[in-house]
Amino acid sequence: MKPERQSKGAAIDLESISKAYGGFKALDGISLRIEPGEFMTLLGPSGSGKTTTLNVVAGFTDVTSGKLVVGGKSVVGVPAHKRNIGVVFQHYALFPHMSVGRNVAYPLTLRGVDQAQRKARVARALDMVKMGDFAHRYPSELSGGQQQRVALARAIVFDPPLLLMDEPLGALDKKLREWLQLEIKRIHRELGTTFVYVTHDQEEALVLSDRIAVFNRGRIEQVGTGRELYDEPKTLFVGRFVGDSTVLRGEARSDGASTALRIAGETVTAPRRIAGEASPVMLLRPEKLAIRRPGQSAVGTTNRLPGTIAEVIYLGSGSKYEVRLADGSTAIVRSPLTGESFGLGETVELCFDGADAKLLADDSTADATLT
Amino acid sequence: MEMKPLTRVILGLVCLLVAIWLVAPTLVVVPMSFNGNKSLAFPPQGFSWQWYQNFLTNPDWSSSFLNSLKVASIVAVLATVLGTLAAFGLDRMKARPANLLRMLMLTPMVVPGVVLAIGIYAVYLDARLVGTLVGFVLAHTILALPFVLIAVSASLEVFDRRLETAAASLGAGALTTFRTVTMPLILPGMLSGLLFAFATSFDEIVVSLFITNPYLKTLPVQIFSSITRDADPTVAAVGTILLCATTILIGGGMLLLGREPKGRQ
Amino acid sequence: MSALEPTTPSAPNRAGWAWRPYALTLPALLLLVAVIGYPLLTIVLRSLSEPQWGVQNYIWFFGAPVNLTVLQRTFVISAWVTVVCAACAYPYAYLMTAVGPRVRLILVLCVLIPFWVSGVVRTLSWVILLQDSGVINSLLRSAGFDGIRLIRTQTGVVIGMAQVLLPFMILPLYSVMKGIDLRLMRAAQSLGARPSRAFFTVYLPLSLPGVYAGAIIVFILALGFYITPALLGGPRSTMLSTLVQTQVLSLLQWGRGGAMGVVLLVTTFVLLALAAPVMRSRYREAERR
Repeated sequence: MKPERQSKGAAIDLESISKAYGGFKALDGISLRIEPGEFMTLLGPSGSGKTTTLNVVAGFTDVTSGKLVVGGKSVVGVPAHKRNIGVVFQHYALFPHMSVGRNVAYPLTLRGVDQAQRKARVARALDMVKMGDFAHRYPSELSGGQQQRVALARAIVFDPPLLLMDEPLGALDKKLREWLQLEIKRIHRELGTTFVYVTHDQEEALVLSDRIAVFNRGRIEQVGTGRELYDEPKTLFVGRFVGDSTVLRGEARSDGASTALRIAGETVTAPRRIAGEASPVMLLRPEKLAIRRPGQSAVGTTNRLPGTIAEVIYLGSGSKYEVRLADGSTAIVRSPLTGESFGLGETVELCFDGADAKLLADDSTADATLT
Repeated sequence: MEMKPLTRVILGLVCLLVAIWLVAPTLVVVPMSFNGNKSLAFPPQGFSWQWYQNFLTNPDWSSSFLNSLKVASIVAVLATVLGTLAAFGLDRMKARPANLLRMLMLTPMVVPGVVLAIGIYAVYLDARLVGTLVGFVLAHTILALPFVLIAVSASLEVFDRRLETAAASLGAGALTTFRTVTMPLILPGMLSGLLFAFATSFDEIVVSLFITNPYLKTLPVQIFSSITRDADPTVAAVGTILLCATTILIGGGMLLLGREPKGRQ
Repeated sequence: MSALEPTTPSAPNRAGWAWRPYALTLPALLLLVAVIGYPLLTIVLRSLSEPQWGVQNYIWFFGAPVNLTVLQRTFVISAWVTVVCAACAYPYAYLMTAVGPRVRLILVLCVLIPFWVSGVVRTLSWVILLQDSGVINSLLRSAGFDGIRLIRTQTGVVIGMAQVLLPFMILPLYSVMKGIDLRLMRAAQSLGARPSRAFFTVYLPLSLPGVYAGAIIVFILALGFYITPALLGGPRSTMLSTLVQTQVLSLLQWGRGGAMGVVLLVTTFVLLALAAPVMRSRYREAERR
């Protein structure tokens, strides 16, 4: 049989999509282009608009304004059942009165696929999720992970050019989740379909995605690969949401080439400045920070801040330290196993190279949604 | 809670008496139905099948029985269809209008039978519906509707509406979704509503007494007039038959429930 | 965390769909208006317009001692039925919560089977039992006692009605009682209450919502009872329903019969309205546990 699947999935264009519930803006001008065959993750805290965006694409929610093009056709006003988009739900949503086989055959029956073909395609979809032996079971006889794999088979059996997944692993425990993440990645590779995946788990987003769109308060803060989001966050929100980070705040002063922060009597500088009026903060990744005993020489680091060790977390591959600084804030430092080790309560100096500090506008109002 | 043995014995005894009081009186029709005399006096004298024969051969009894079957069957279907539609509608409404409409639709349960009966009688006299099949069906349907509404609403309450969203994402329109997903899952509620509606109509007596005429009688009306007119043990035979039918129906239903396919929740 | 993000909506709620649920209820509502609303309206109008416009029928009703006697008797009989039902249902429902599943099934069946057997047949059974040549009297006589008069007395009517209405008391009571946390009784006893005291201060108050609910249902249904009093009762135990029937069918006094019907109807709804808020708040209280 000739593979009739498109080698690539559908492209999606969201253009200034807004959705208001009464006075509350769930989506506030979302624009996003998703390439054919791409694995795009919508990442954000709850209430940030990522699920609403997914529902808009699926056709479960109407938009207040904006344009939505899937596979070259505008789908605004097209009801969900005519969009031909696969959806996997967090709550599985398997039909309890149908066997696994009939669940997976359901979309094919609706499309008038004849029985012989239907059987073959159901078997192929179930094999793809490694549930081939379960066709005669009922959903209530399956574990959560098995149910979600069946739901996945049901969503891909009719070869939709686009698959939406709404926190599909949210109800499962960690081990199972990690294994299924790899399964989903494999299936994405094998199908070549466009995947849009919603999650609030940044690690999951980093594992799975080609690109990630970070949502906050109904807007997209930044779109990029995991590496871009980690290394070059455009906003403090993104920097803090993706990966561990330390944020230094202080009285800022900047001249032509550099910015200095005064924190509890000490000054740290970065050889850059930030555009605009916003007061800058410095964001540092844990591996860019180092700790030294006071007075020890520190080669190559330009900045030092005194602090005390507040927490030591053994990670196996190394250790993670929480350092309480003089202004009461906490810094997170990861140090390799080979390095020196420090004890709880020990007085230390936090060192970093100014060039490693990201200068970002302080949008601390956004912090309320974090933690 | 821990009880003293004495309290326990007294409690058990009281409940036994209540249970007997609930069940036993009805059983008295069984010996009476085999009475050799044309009398309902206790104890029955002799033994005979003649009252069962009479039920089958006397046109008064057999036709009223058939009428009741006919009316109750139509009512069961009609009330189930109307009640399911209404329950579905109420389920999808905002809470406030839904509660108001639900209360309105449950009024037939609390309106005193006689008041309703004279009202319907008055209207039927004008509309020439007294003693007609249509008249019986309409009146019984409205009386059966609350039971269907309650039964179907209960199953809709536990129905996971997100399954409908899932069906839509797989390509099912509103009607297909209802037919293939919603209805199969609320079917138990609909069936119990159907059964309740049938029983309500088959047993209805107060309104029926007013809207009946010599050309169209239902079984309860026939039983009632037989009790008030003479001491004909045929009523006991009918009572015995109904008792057996009910027990078989309930017993069968319970067996069916016990043997649900294990895939269902 | 903000809970503002709407979860997956259940259906595509596009504009123009909002009327659909109402359309679905329309057939049932039309039938309701035609077969309940219009007839009841007719009765109200006739009570005010026959033989001429005015409230004469109501003046007649509340002016005639006979009517007031029957009205009072209707209330008294209904109250007795309610009391008998409550007294029998309370221990029964309690036992249902205290026994294992197998015994419970039998107890439930004992309640449900009479529920399902034709009401006319059940009343017929009571006629056979209570009549002068009935089961109870023949047993009494064979034991050497004098027969007693049961049929065509208020006692007979109360016994028959209470049996028919008992399930309506047991079921709501059971549903409240099975929600009561029995550990509360242990707690009360650990605090020093004797079992009987623990029962009266803890269990009884918690089970009262069920008693209220059952009592209201039984009382309202008893007020409108027609068949049982008609078959088991005599002239001295006539209830309001029978009086209505006589006025309309035998005397063709639609105005007077209508007025009585309206009194019965209004009483029923006033009772329901009075009971609804009490029951609702009590239920909520019980549910909170």
